[in-house]
Amino acid sequence: MKKFFALLIVVAMALAITACSSSDSGEAGTNGGGVNGQSENGGSIKVGLLAPLTGDVAQYGLSVASGAELYIKEINEAGGINGKTIEVIKYDEQGDATEAVNNYYRLVDDGVVGIIGDVTSAPTVAVAQASVEDNMPMVTASATDPSVISYGSNFFQACLNDPYQGTTMAKFAANELGVTSVATIYNTGDDYSIGCNDAFVEQCNELDVQVLSQEGYADGDVDFNAQLTSIIASGAQAIFCPNYYQDDGMIVTQARTLGFTGSILGVDGWTNTHEYTDPENLYDCYFCTSFAIIDDEKINEFVDAYRAENDKDPGNFEALGYDAAMVLLNGIKAAEDAGLEAGTDDYKQAVIDGIANGTVAGVTGEISYDGTGAPTKSIMIVSLDSGSPEFYMNY
Amino acid sequence: MRDKYKRIPIPVRYLINALLCAAFLVIVQSFISGGSISRYQSGILVQIGVYIIMAVSLNIATGYLGQLPLGHAGFMSIGGYSCAIFMMRLADKMGVETADLLIPGLIFGGCVTALFGLIIGIPALRLKGDYLAIVTLGFAEIIRVFMLNIDSLLGFKFTGGAGGLTGIPRYSNFLNVFISVILVCFFVHTMMKSRHGRAILAIRDNEIAAEASGVNISYYKTLAFVISAFFAGIGGGLYAGSIGVMDPTKFGFMESIEILVMVVLGGMGSMLGSISAATVITVVNQVLTSLSEYRMVIYALLLIVVMMFRPKGLFGTYDFSLSHVMERLFNRDFPKRKSKGARK
Repeated sequence: MKKFFALLIVVAMALAITACSSSDSGEAGTNGGGVNGQSENGGSIKVGLLAPLTGDVAQYGLSVASGAELYIKEINEAGGINGKTIEVIKYDEQGDATEAVNNYYRLVDDGVVGIIGDVTSAPTVAVAQASVEDNMPMVTASATDPSVISYGSNFFQACLNDPYQGTTMAKFAANELGVTSVATIYNTGDDYSIGCNDAFVEQCNELDVQVLSQEGYADGDVDFNAQLTSIIASGAQAIFCPNYYQDDGMIVTQARTLGFTGSILGVDGWTNTHEYTDPENLYDCYFCTSFAIIDDEKINEFVDAYRAENDKDPGNFEALGYDAAMVLLNGIKAAEDAGLEAGTDDYKQAVIDGIANGTVAGVTGEISYDGTGAPTKSIMIVSLDSGSPEFYMNY
Repeated sequence: MRDKYKRIPIPVRYLINALLCAAFLVIVQSFISGGSISRYQSGILVQIGVYIIMAVSLNIATGYLGQLPLGHAGFMSIGGYSCAIFMMRLADKMGVETADLLIPGLIFGGCVTALFGLIIGIPALRLKGDYLAIVTLGFAEIIRVFMLNIDSLLGFKFTGGAGGLTGIPRYSNFLNVFISVILVCFFVHTMMKSRHGRAILAIRDNEIAAEASGVNISYYKTLAFVISAFFAGIGGGLYAGSIGVMDPTKFGFMESIEILVMVVLGGMGSMLGSISAATVITVVNQVLTSLSEYRMVIYALLLIVVMMFRPKGLFGTYDFSLSHVMERLFNRDFPKRKSKGARK
């Protein structure tokens, strides 16, 4: 009996492995068809999309993917790049570094010429390290960790990094709001929060703004009363709160309940904060972001197109996904214009050079690169005074 | 005691197995260099190798010793961090390639993990069952939080905190991972056949009887636990080198459970079970990726079905032995091996 089961398992294993390899060869077959098809009609260019589509951080991955896919669809409808359509190969990395690297290799095997991704920091760093070996052009929409671009010249960010956001908010607080003392509350389990917080504190020290207290909390906390009470007791005029919107919503609510009436400042994780707290609590709340739905021709166009496709409003991640696709395709266009053959080292280098030297007018602002993988673009301050996001100023 | 059957001498048995392992390595490696196994597939192979080491090492504590530790991911994390930090720092100092330090790095990672295994093992192994599970679970959480926050305590970059330890050279490849797998399996196999292994099995089967027979319970329990931690550390070290990033959140509760599932699914106390379950689960996870949301449902159903119909795991305590199969082929009337699964 035992032997029978053992045999059964061996057979099942063999089946699983052949199923795995045959599905792979199946994909390879269709890819082969794609390459053959290239000589017949305009052909296609394969672009990879790496994002967490399931798991804990799926919300960010799905947002970025929907934005990127929207841009690629628009390009294809407008005739593609030099007559070639863009084919997206999308893999789910489940928010896990191991899966991200596995799926990165899968994309390389599939013969993509560039990749949009990854989405969250740790998997992106893992992929960035792996991609250097191939000099694969990559554009991340949302990994704000400054280290992702430090491994090679092939990696670009479409978003502004953590230190930049923290620095901007410190300057804004000092110069525009005239604040002289601040306190911070941040998630000690999230490098995004830590990165923003450190940069903010450093800039405050330079600007002679007193940082009265820095309160940390752990990932998953819902009660911030202890930290907020000590902040209020310190007499800070403003609270800097560089976290994601669920936490921010709770922090704003609890701070106002405890009687804090000063400004509360945030970074681009604040996009949906207004859905997580009462509008009355949101007076004197500001955050910096690269995208918000405000009345502007280009943004309206994007928002309408996105609504038509997805039946909901786009947020920061959708817009950054859209712009990341724009940045990558701009590089690919440069390589195509040069008449290079896809898959060669020259082609990859041409895409990278195309991105580095090009400028695109994205929905999150004009994006260009000055020799590093970090973009130079304007940042927008959004006010939540009225209970919903409103454009306040460009900074 | 001689019997009438034709036996294969022990050295020949080892030789046959060693040759088969070498043949496996050479064949797969030639496929990889020849390009018929893509980089994606060889990446999966490396991952399978790492999880085989993790499952086999947990099997020492769970299957052979009969305890239920839930902190194996904590050991994996310690091994990965210490191995990677040791190799990176030392390579910097000595000015050599990081990959050249793989063997000392893995041994260092294993030893640090074994030390932690000893520290946690001595108090924890006085407890049994659920209590031990909770203590080890708490230990793994402490490790995770420690890795997250130690940087701000020390004031310099050590583990990389929430951003993870990045920039680890990717030194793991198919060859060194599977050589480690074979060495780990060989060591565990021979240990379990030795006096020490028998003592560990005796504790599992009946602790009181074992103690009455003169087995030093606390010594052997701690020994099994420390060896289990040592190999988990080696697995962690190879993991760090296969990904290039150590992210503390990866080594949470779920990771420990995932490794435990491999051991239980394969059959507690069966090395073949651990190896095949680690392989099957890793491959199934990859195959099901295309089904996205349904993946977790199918995965859960698979576990439920196996546990309903094979409560002792796929292989129970059965272990495959090539020599036994061959001996049975030589001797037509060879008696069936007696079931050694005297577990109650």
